[in-house]
Amino acid sequence: MTPILWLIALSVFLGAGGLVLFLWASKNGQYEDMDGAAQRILFDDERKK
Amino acid sequence: MSGAALADAERGDLPASGTACAHCGGATAPGQCFCCTGCGAAFETIQGLGLGNYYRDVVRDTLARRLQPSGKPRTDLTRHIRTAADGSHELTLAVDGLQCGACVWLIESVLAREPRVTAARVNMTTRRLRLAWRGDVGGAADLVGRIEQLGYRLVPFDPDCLAAARDEKGRELLLALAVAGFASANVMLPAIAIWIGLFSDMGPGTRALLHWVSAAIAMPAILFAVRPFWRSAWSALRHGRTNMDVPISIGVTLVTGMSLVQTINHADHAYFDSAVALLFFLLIGRVLDHYARAHARAAAEQLIALQQTDVGVIEADGTVARRDAAAVPAGARVLVGPGERIGVDGEVVQGESLLDTALVTGESLPVAAGPGTRVFAGTLNLGAPLTLRATATGGATLLAECVRLMDAAEARRSRFVAFADRVARRYAPVVHVAALATFLWWWGVQGMAVADALLIAAAVLIITCPCALALAVPAVQVIGTGYLFRRGVLVKSPTALERLAEIDTVVFDKTGTLTDPALQLASAHDLETLRLAASLAATSRHPLSRALAAAAGPVVPAEGVREEVGAGLAWGAVRLGSAAYTDADATATTPALYLSRPGAATVRFDFSERLRPEAAATIAALRAMGLGVELLSGDRDAAVALAAGEAGIDTWRAACSPVGKVAAIEALRDQGRRVLMVGDGLNDGPCLAAAHVSISPSTAAEISQNVADVVFQGASLAPVADTIRTARRMRRLCQENIALSLAYNLLMVPVAVAGYVTPWLAALAMSTSSLLVMGNSFRLRRNRPGDAR
Repeated sequence: MTPILWLIALSVFLGAGGLVLFLWASKNGQYEDMDGAAQRILFDDERKK
Repeated sequence: MSGAALADAERGDLPASGTACAHCGGATAPGQCFCCTGCGAAFETIQGLGLGNYYRDVVRDTLARRLQPSGKPRTDLTRHIRTAADGSHELTLAVDGLQCGACVWLIESVLAREPRVTAARVNMTTRRLRLAWRGDVGGAADLVGRIEQLGYRLVPFDPDCLAAARDEKGRELLLALAVAGFASANVMLPAIAIWIGLFSDMGPGTRALLHWVSAAIAMPAILFAVRPFWRSAWSALRHGRTNMDVPISIGVTLVTGMSLVQTINHADHAYFDSAVALLFFLLIGRVLDHYARAHARAAAEQLIALQQTDVGVIEADGTVARRDAAAVPAGARVLVGPGERIGVDGEVVQGESLLDTALVTGESLPVAAGPGTRVFAGTLNLGAPLTLRATATGGATLLAECVRLMDAAEARRSRFVAFADRVARRYAPVVHVAALATFLWWWGVQGMAVADALLIAAAVLIITCPCALALAVPAVQVIGTGYLFRRGVLVKSPTALERLAEIDTVVFDKTGTLTDPALQLASAHDLETLRLAASLAATSRHPLSRALAAAAGPVVPAEGVREEVGAGLAWGAVRLGSAAYTDADATATTPALYLSRPGAATVRFDFSERLRPEAAATIAALRAMGLGVELLSGDRDAAVALAAGEAGIDTWRAACSPVGKVAAIEALRDQGRRVLMVGDGLNDGPCLAAAHVSISPSTAAEISQNVADVVFQGASLAPVADTIRTARRMRRLCQENIALSLAYNLLMVPVAVAGYVTPWLAALAMSTSSLLVMGNSFRLRRNRPGDAR
């Protein structure tokens, strides 16, 4: 019985991690310019950050 | 975007290589690399910064404006700048002229070279540039100037408008979707274990534990994600109506509550996974629906922002300050330069000029203006500078008249109910009755325990609450509006495409809608005469001069040409102008120019209006779809008859006032016809509002674009037919989707009423029907033979 409790806790924890990542990305404006994101990788950014 | 550009290039809209300007791709004189000095300078700048790769990578978009620097006076930026507490400034601008991703790279790279710029990011979806910098506020003009010098046009957004547009509802829906998605995925883990446990030897203790785990994950998520539905259901009930959200809210809440009771009682079944999955699927539909609308609205705002003009106000000390049109007080003196669009209503106090009123009245030829003439916002000054006295908006101005007519027309237009809402209105009561009857049967007649009977009734609600029905229309809408957006058609109103699928008559405006805003030379001449006339004409902004100069190709403008406003041009003894000015006999019935010179006979140049590209083909295509086509114009009889003949339209009416146009549209409506109005002028505004649905080209007057349901970009008229065709396909797909989900309900409801729906069956049925509907919607993206442009 104990392993199943651990595993359930672990899976919920991992799922919650995914949720937090998504909320962070959404808040950070990562989904605001899908067209631009698709095209940006085609152009070299010469300025190193 | 690039796909459309390539397709157009294959059709031959782009100039052949070798004659194209190295910067903007426009036509050049033979042997020249650039079409104008502005393009040459922009090319030098880009090469000088080492960004020459831009020309290798750019894919030109024929729907976008050409990248030619215009040198127009710039809008006052300072009003729109926000300054943060740490002394950095921020400005958001609409960018006109973006061709492809290379332009994004170019703009950001140029700005990144400036040490004071802290952030410069172009959003390609909304076509906006967010610029942040440190130091002087006035630095904005310099930074913006650098980009404008490359040929882009930048127009500032009002920060107040941006704040209002920040999308709170979209954010809430997305958050709810994320939480519901997380919960439904994680609840599935214990749920699948429980389902398998039913067929094997899972002990009651383990099952109870897994139910409690499900409850712990699902309950908070449901309480969070159900709020948008509760709110909508509550507001419907408060107004004495019912909508689909009512059974959804009741169903989800009831199922969740009953499942908790079951869990406490250690029963076999708990429906947490069904409740969460239902919310998840429904929220996908909501989010899709919301984003399709928000996207179209942002695009429409962009168009309007790009149209805003500023006004040169003459201050008390005689200097000219540029201000927003809205900030000009009545009585202010306004200077309008040659080639400038007038931004305010007013009266001419000084100067003589010609005005192009095509956008306002639909008149295709310019009219003369002098002291005392009333002028309207939207007219173009073709000749000499004019000084105006601004009049207050409201009262007797043409604009105010049009706004009043438009309001009246919109009030008379019957309220259109979206297809999904019409279905829901009939369907929601059926669902309620079915669930209630089920409960009464099991509890009252069969003598079942209240809790068990309630659970079966809730299962009926869950099964009939059709996530497929909630997805059916939004999925098609999102795919359809996205498809049209990539073709340069902006859908501004959520129900526009549904209304468009219903129309049976199309009414066109002539000037600027059916015809190209520019005139073209219709008569043939020898090259020498044409060159001479064009060298004079190149110095003037009169539409006929411009058409003549365009017909001759690139020419060197003659030096020392005098222009007599409203009469003609003189260069030494050579004269080009009206019949009276050149002492010729007025023989023309169409717009004409006369060229007189010593020692040669007077030559007449005839001009005609040119139809938009593919106008005749579009009209024919509309006919083939079984639609009636009519023409309503404010222009003169002869011009309208000619354009109607060329386009193949039999029914036309000329010299209509705005009131007359609305009356014509309403007469058609009273005959039971559903009318699509296609128009661009200020005078078309009221009938755009009166028609069942309306389309404007993106060259239209601001007020017309505001009221139109759909706006299309580009010179061709083909998008009109294309949009109607897409709307009809969308309607068919929506009907199919609704039929599919109703058929599924018909199949599942008896099973649910009989009490056989177990949690795993509900989950299976729900996912299958949703996937089926989504899959069917994606058929819209497939090109069919009939749709080739």
